[in-house]
Amino acid sequence: MKRRDFVQMSGLGAGALLLPTSMMGNSIVAEALLAPGMDIIVKKRMADVALNTAKSMGATYADARIGRYLNQYVFTREDKVQNVVNTESFGIGIRVIANGTWGFASTNDVSEDGIQKATQQAVAIAKANSKFQKEPVVLAPVSGQGEVSWKTPIQKDFKNVPVSEKVDLLLNANAAALDNGANFVNSALFMVNEQKYFASTDGSYIDQDVHRIWPTFGVTAVDQAEGKFKTRQAMSAPMGMGYEYMDGLASEKLEGAAGLKLYRNSYDMVEDATIAAQQAKEMLTAKSVDPGKYDLVLEPNHLGLTIHESVGHPTELDRVLGYEANYAGTSFATIDKWKSKNFKYGSDIVNIVADKTQVGSLGAVGYDDEGVPCKQWDIIRNGVLVNYQAIRDQVKMIDQDESHGCCYAQSWNDVQFQRMPNISLEAGNEPYSVSDMIKDVEKGIYIVGRGSYSIDQQRYNFQFGGTVFYEIKNGEIVGMLNDVAYQSNTQEFWNSCAKICDKSDYRLMGSFFDGKGQPPQVSAVSHGSSTTRFNDINVINTGRSV
Amino acid sequence: MAIYTEEEARKVMEKALSFSKADACEINLDGSESGNIRYARNSVSTAGHRSNQTLVVQSNFGKQSGTATIDEFDDESLKRVVARSEELAKLSPENPEFMGPLGPQVYDNAINYVEETANITPDFRAEVANSSIAPAASQDVTAAGFLNDSASFSAMLNSKGLFAYNKETNLEFTVTMRTNDGTGSGWVTRDVNDVSKFDSAEASKVAIDKAVRSREAKAIEPGKYTVILEPSAGLGLLSGLGRAMNARTADEGRSFMSKEGGNKIGEKIVDERVKLWSDPLNPAVPGATWNGAGQPLKKTTWIEDGIVKNLAYGRFWAKEKGVEPVPFPSNFIMAGGDDSLEDLIKSTKKGILVTRLWYIRSVDPQTLLYTGLTRDGTFYIENGVIKYPVKNFRFNESPIIMLNNLETLGQQVRVDGNLIPYMKIRDFTFTSLSDAV
Repeated sequence: MKRRDFVQMSGLGAGALLLPTSMMGNSIVAEALLAPGMDIIVKKRMADVALNTAKSMGATYADARIGRYLNQYVFTREDKVQNVVNTESFGIGIRVIANGTWGFASTNDVSEDGIQKATQQAVAIAKANSKFQKEPVVLAPVSGQGEVSWKTPIQKDFKNVPVSEKVDLLLNANAAALDNGANFVNSALFMVNEQKYFASTDGSYIDQDVHRIWPTFGVTAVDQAEGKFKTRQAMSAPMGMGYEYMDGLASEKLEGAAGLKLYRNSYDMVEDATIAAQQAKEMLTAKSVDPGKYDLVLEPNHLGLTIHESVGHPTELDRVLGYEANYAGTSFATIDKWKSKNFKYGSDIVNIVADKTQVGSLGAVGYDDEGVPCKQWDIIRNGVLVNYQAIRDQVKMIDQDESHGCCYAQSWNDVQFQRMPNISLEAGNEPYSVSDMIKDVEKGIYIVGRGSYSIDQQRYNFQFGGTVFYEIKNGEIVGMLNDVAYQSNTQEFWNSCAKICDKSDYRLMGSFFDGKGQPPQVSAVSHGSSTTRFNDINVINTGRSV
Repeated sequence: MAIYTEEEARKVMEKALSFSKADACEINLDGSESGNIRYARNSVSTAGHRSNQTLVVQSNFGKQSGTATIDEFDDESLKRVVARSEELAKLSPENPEFMGPLGPQVYDNAINYVEETANITPDFRAEVANSSIAPAASQDVTAAGFLNDSASFSAMLNSKGLFAYNKETNLEFTVTMRTNDGTGSGWVTRDVNDVSKFDSAEASKVAIDKAVRSREAKAIEPGKYTVILEPSAGLGLLSGLGRAMNARTADEGRSFMSKEGGNKIGEKIVDERVKLWSDPLNPAVPGATWNGAGQPLKKTTWIEDGIVKNLAYGRFWAKEKGVEPVPFPSNFIMAGGDDSLEDLIKSTKKGILVTRLWYIRSVDPQTLLYTGLTRDGTFYIENGVIKYPVKNFRFNESPIIMLNNLETLGQQVRVDGNLIPYMKIRDFTFTSLSDAV
C-alpha cells in the first residue's frame, strides 16, 4: 500500500484528503480569495528579473510563470458539512535552456532575491544535466505576443458566491436523494481559479484568469437483507465555467432515453440527486446481464472517458516517443502508422479533434504554458490518424514547425510539459436523435455515465463499465441491467463505430484530475461527443459470488 | 534546512500555541527535503529538488473547527496563522462528528530515519541513472526510470498536552527496460529507508533480463490459470482488500466487509494460511509510530487464520460503537513461506509467472472485483521451468477469491513499504488478451 493510499484511508471523513496534495495550497478564509493578488506591473518586473538573470548566466531561452492558484472545495455527507476548504498557492516557476538542456526551479519567495536564486538553480540544473543530453533541445518558433491577457468567459465568479449558498445547495441535493430512498449520499463542489502570468525571452507577457467548476455526488442505496448496495454517480460534468453552471437552466436539459435527465452547460443538482436515488434503488433489483455481443449506445457522459483513454492518451507524442514508458506507458499509435497516412484508427465517420479553445471546456485558455496561442487541430479525420498532441520541443520530431499549444503545469512549482488538450468526437452531420438510434438497435445496451475504466500501457485492450445500463431489444428499452462491462481493442472498437447522433445531443464531459508524469501532475480536460453507436462489442458479466 | 530537530519543532509549535484563544488548538509541523531524477530514451529528461515546510493549525470552538496553513515561522506569521484558523472556525458550520484533540500519548521510537539517505546528492542520482542507462544501451535496450529520495519530519502539539515527533527517510526507484525492437519489456521496483540497502545496478539488471527474456511473446488462450504473483503483482490486489478494512463503511452496509447488522469481524473470509498485520517497528519495513491525528500506531493484526480480526475504526465511529479506535496502519505485512521464486516455479506443472499488474480499477465494490492487466514480464511455466514469454492478459479477479485459491506462500519481499510474499494462486481469472508490450 502506497503512502498516499494511507492518507486516503485515514478515515477522517474529510474529503479534502482525497485530493492530490498538489491541488492544495495554504488555507485561507473565503473572503481572502477576493484579494487582488500581485499587481500586473509588479509581475512583469519580477518576471523580467528571472529572464534577465537567466540570460546573464548563459541561458539561450527562459520563461517564468508567476501563479496564484485559488481553490475552494465543499464536502458534505447526508445532512452534515464535512469540510469547507479555501486554499491559495502563490509562487514562481522558472524554466531555462542552457547548454541545450532544460533546467527548472521554483520558489514561493517572489522577491528579486528569491527569483534570482531560483533562476540560478534552474541554470545550474540545466548545465549539470547537459552532460547526459544526447541531442540539444530545439524549440519550434513562436512569435512574441507582447502584453496580452485572456479570461475564461464566466458569468458568476465562485469567489463572489457565499459559502453558505454552496453548502445549502449540496445539502438540498443530499436531502432530495434521502427523501427519494437513498441510504447515503456524499456530495462535493470543486471550484478552481488559476491566475497565471507567463513571460518568456521570446517577448511574451501573458496574463490569464482561468476558472473551473465541478459539482459531484455519489448516492448509495443499501438492501441490508440481501446484503447488496449500489451507488449512482452524478451526471454532471466538470466545466470551464463559473458558478453559473449550477443554475440548472431548463434550456440546457436534455431528455435521455428511459426518463433520464441529462445536462449540457447548466446543471440541476437537486433534480439529478432525486433521480439518482430512484435509480440506485432500481439498480438493486436490476437483471444481471447475459454476456455476449451487443450493439452499444454510448451517452456522452460515458463516451467521454472512452475517448480520453483510447484516443486522448495514445496520441500524446511524448508517450509515443517513450518519455512516459516508466509510468503510464507508451502507445500503439506509433510514428510509422501516422506516417503511412492510411492507418484506420476508426470507421469513416470517426472525426476526432484536439482543441484548446472550446467555450465551456476545461482545456480552454488563450495561450498554453509556454506562450503559444491556442487552437484546434485534427487528430483523426475520416477514420485516419492524421496528427498527435505536441509542444514546442516535440513538433520537430514529427516534421512540423508549429507547436500545437498544449503545454501545461499544474502549479507554479511544477515544470510544464505536454498535456492532453480537449479531445472530442465530432457530431454526426445528418439529423439523428438518441431515440432514432435506439429504434435502430435490435440487441443492445444503452450506457450512461462513468464507471470503472482500465486500459493497457499501449492502449490496445480496454474494459469500461458505466453508471447505469439499459437493455435495448428490437428498438426499445426494456429495462435496467447490472454487472455490465465491455472489453475491446481500441482499433477494432473505433472501426465498429456505426452512427453518431447530431449536434443537438453534443455535450462535454471531463476530468479534473487526469494524472501523468513523474512526479505526477494533474490536469483538467474535457471531451465532447454526441451519443454514438458501436456495433457488436463484447460485453462481460462482472457479477461474482464471494 | 527543512528537517527540524525535536527541540526546534517543539519550540516553533509552542510559540504558535501560545497565541491560541480557541477552546482547543492542535498544531502539526511537517518538513521535507526531496530530490529526483527522471530518465527516458536512455537519457536524463528531468531532475529536481524540493524543499517543503508547513505548519497547520486547527482551532476549535465547541464543534466548530477551522484549519489554516503557513510556511513561514516568524512570530508574526505564527500569530497570523493561529488567528486565521480561529476566524475560519467561527465561520464554519458545526460538525456533529467532531471529536476534539487527544490528550498525551505514549509512542514507540520509530526506526525509519537513516542519515546516509538524507545526505543523497545530485551526483548520486545521476550515477543511479547511469547505472541503468549504460547497461541498457550495451544490450540493445532502452531505459526509462525514476528515482525519488526524501528526508522528512513530522511533529504535533496540542492544547491538551500531546506532543509527537518523528523523522524518516525514503528512497523509491522504478525502471522500465524495453528492447529496441519493441517486443520485450521488463520492470523493477525498489524502496528502502536506508540507501546502503539499495543497488540500482542489480535492480536494473533484473529489469533488463526480463525485457530480453520477454521478447516475442506467444499468445495463449485467456481463462483460469495457476499463477505465481511476484510481490508487486500481489500487492496490487491486496491494496483493494486493505482499502476495504474500514469498519464504518462495513457497518453502513456498503462494503465487502458488511454483513447483516454489522461487519465481518470474526468471520473467515480467506484461506486459513493468510495472516495480515501491521507493525511500524518491523526492521524490514519500518514506519511512523503515530498518525497525523496523534494516535499511536502499534502492531495490529487484521487477518489471522483467514479470519477478520480487526477493522479500522475512526474515533467518532469507535465512540458510536463503544469500541476502542483502531487507526489505519503505516504498513502491511503478509505472512510468507520458505519457498523462493525458483522453488515456486519448480513445483508448478502448468502456470503463469506475473511480474506486475497494471491499471487496476474497482469493478464491483460489493465483491471487491478488480480488473487490470499484466505488464512488463509475463511467462508461461510448464513442468517446473519457464517455457516462453506470453502476451499480456486482462484479469477480472477479487483478492477474496484469490486468497481462497491460495496454493503456496513464498518468501516475503519489501514493496512500497509493505512486506508481501510471492504467492502461487490457482484458477486466477484472465478474461482477454492484450497486444501491449
